[in-house]
Order: sequence, then structure tokens, then C-alpha cells
Amino acid sequence: MHEMSICEGILQVLETTARQQGFTHVRTVWVEIGPLAGVEVEALRFCFDAVMRGSLAEAARLEIIETPGEGVCLQCGATVPVRQRYDPCPACDGYGVRLTRGEEMRIKELEVE
Amino acid sequence: MVQIEQDILGKNDQYAGANRSWFQAQGILALNLVSSPGSGKTSLLTRSIQDLKDRYPLAVIEGDQQTSHDADRIRATGVPALQINTGKGCHLDAHMIGHAIESLPLAPRSLLFIENVGNLVCPAAFDLGEAHKVAILSVTEGEDKPLKYPDMFHAADLMLLNKIDLLPYLDFDVEQCIGYARRVNPSIQVLQVSARSGEGLEAWYAWLGERMAG
Repeated sequence: MHEMSICEGILQVLETTARQQGFTHVRTVWVEIGPLAGVEVEALRFCFDAVMRGSLAEAARLEIIETPGEGVCLQCGATVPVRQRYDPCPACDGYGVRLTRGEEMRIKELEVE
Repeated sequence: MVQIEQDILGKNDQYAGANRSWFQAQGILALNLVSSPGSGKTSLLTRSIQDLKDRYPLAVIEGDQQTSHDADRIRATGVPALQINTGKGCHLDAHMIGHAIESLPLAPRSLLFIENVGNLVCPAAFDLGEAHKVAILSVTEGEDKPLKYPDMFHAADLMLLNKIDLLPYLDFDVEQCIGYARRVNPSIQVLQVSARSGEGLEAWYAWLGERMAG
């Protein structure tokens, strides 16, 4: 979904950080994307190149850090891995696993000059 | 190397936070109405406005890619409405709403409906500063929509199942649909309504009334 807006969001963060920290080029961007963030990684890569063109991050590399999804089952209390939002709890088969990890959409690190 | 740890949608969330504080300070209940195109969202809204305009001050922000047809339909009811055309965009964001509330005449203690772009995917991720997201699903769609578009039904506090006057002509399984919605969001409330016949609307108005009072 909206991978274009996400890339524009990334660019805004890069521009703001560049002003604050005084760098002019970004060579690599490390982004953490959870499996439940609703982001299609391939689409994100495609949009990234287009959005960064002509900016301080022209031709920058996009490194995706994939994080696991994890949740707590409200029925049995187990901490369980989550692959999709509506999957039943693998421990008790109940529905209602509350996500604790996996919705991240965060810029972690930049390689700049 | 620069470590930054910044949420990509952080900017949107900041704008949303500002909108939310402003709504709270003014006692305005803002609702973000989300659905697929054709769920009857605008018809439900015009009907609700007709029925509620003597109870509360109302206002509407309409989001569509193009045209002002929906805002025109709302203004015909006498309620202030502002159209946002998102152009290529597939959703409203908090910044657009911030601008809209600068130009929309909004009385304190109003009920503000924000009709998002008809899209069950993207609007889920963009907080506008609303008090609640309300998902509208019509019975002419598949009952498995909550499973197909789980993010949206997960983000919504209320699901309005619209067009129930058509149920006799359809194979739509209401209980199964509600079951699917609860799978992705165990705490979602569901109300069955028909904007056309008026069935179920009192329960929707009661839901609004509780939140307007609170």
C-alpha cells in the first residue's frame, strides 16, 4: 500500500536530519519493516529509487531489516510468532492475538557524507 | 554513520497528534469513515446528517481523488462540507486535515465526519487525529472482506454493516462476516444498518450520542 507516500516520508526524515546534523549526501538507508506493517518491500524499493531521484539521497542504497512478528494470545497468555494478523494462536487455536512486534516502519541508520 | 531511529510516518503522527489535541480542546468528536468504493458511505452520511442536524452542530470533510460530487451532496443538506481532492493520492493524511479544519466553519462540540477515500488499504495506516475509525461494509460485498483487508478492520472501533435491506436478495452470511471481523479485531463493535430503509440507524445514533456526551 502507499509505498510512494512512505518513500516521501523517508525523504522528509532524511532532509530534516541532514539539516540538523549537517550532512549533504545519503549513501545508504537502513529501514526496519515489520511483516505486519502493510508494506510491500519490492514496491518500496521500486518507489524509493524514483522518489530519491534529484534529492540528497539520489542513487542511495535501501537496506531492509526484516523483523519478526510477535504477539501475546489474550486467551491462553502465550507469547507466539505472528505471520499474518488474523492467524489463530498456534498454542491454543484461539483468535485474538495482540501484536507486540511486527508493525515497525522505522528508519534505523544512515550512511552519510 | 548516523543512528536515527525515526518512525517513517512520524511526521503524519505529529500532525495527527496536533489535530487530536485541537479536537479535544474544542470538544469536537471526529470520526474517520473508511470503506471500499460503493459501500454507500455518502448515502449513509447524508441520511445521518438529515436525522442528526437538529441534535448537534455537524461538519464534513470529504476525501476523493477527484470531483466535488460528494461535498455537493453534503452541502445540499445545509451542513458545512469541505472537499479534499487527493489527486494521485490514495488516502487522506493528517496534514490535509489540519489545513481543512482551518477553513471549515467548525463550532465547538461539533460532530465532524471525515469521509476518507474509498479504499480499504491505505487509509488504515494514516492517523488523522480522529477519535474513532468507523469501517462501513455493505452486504453487496463479500463477507470475507475483513479477512482480505485485515489492517482496516483491525484499526476500526466500529463496523457498520450497510444495505441490510438487500439481505433477502443476497447470499450474504451476516454471522460469518461478523465472525471474520472479530477474528482480526476481537473488540470491534458491529451495527447492522440500512441508509435506505432507516433500519438500525437509531443504534448508530445512540453510539454517536454516547460519544458526544462523553
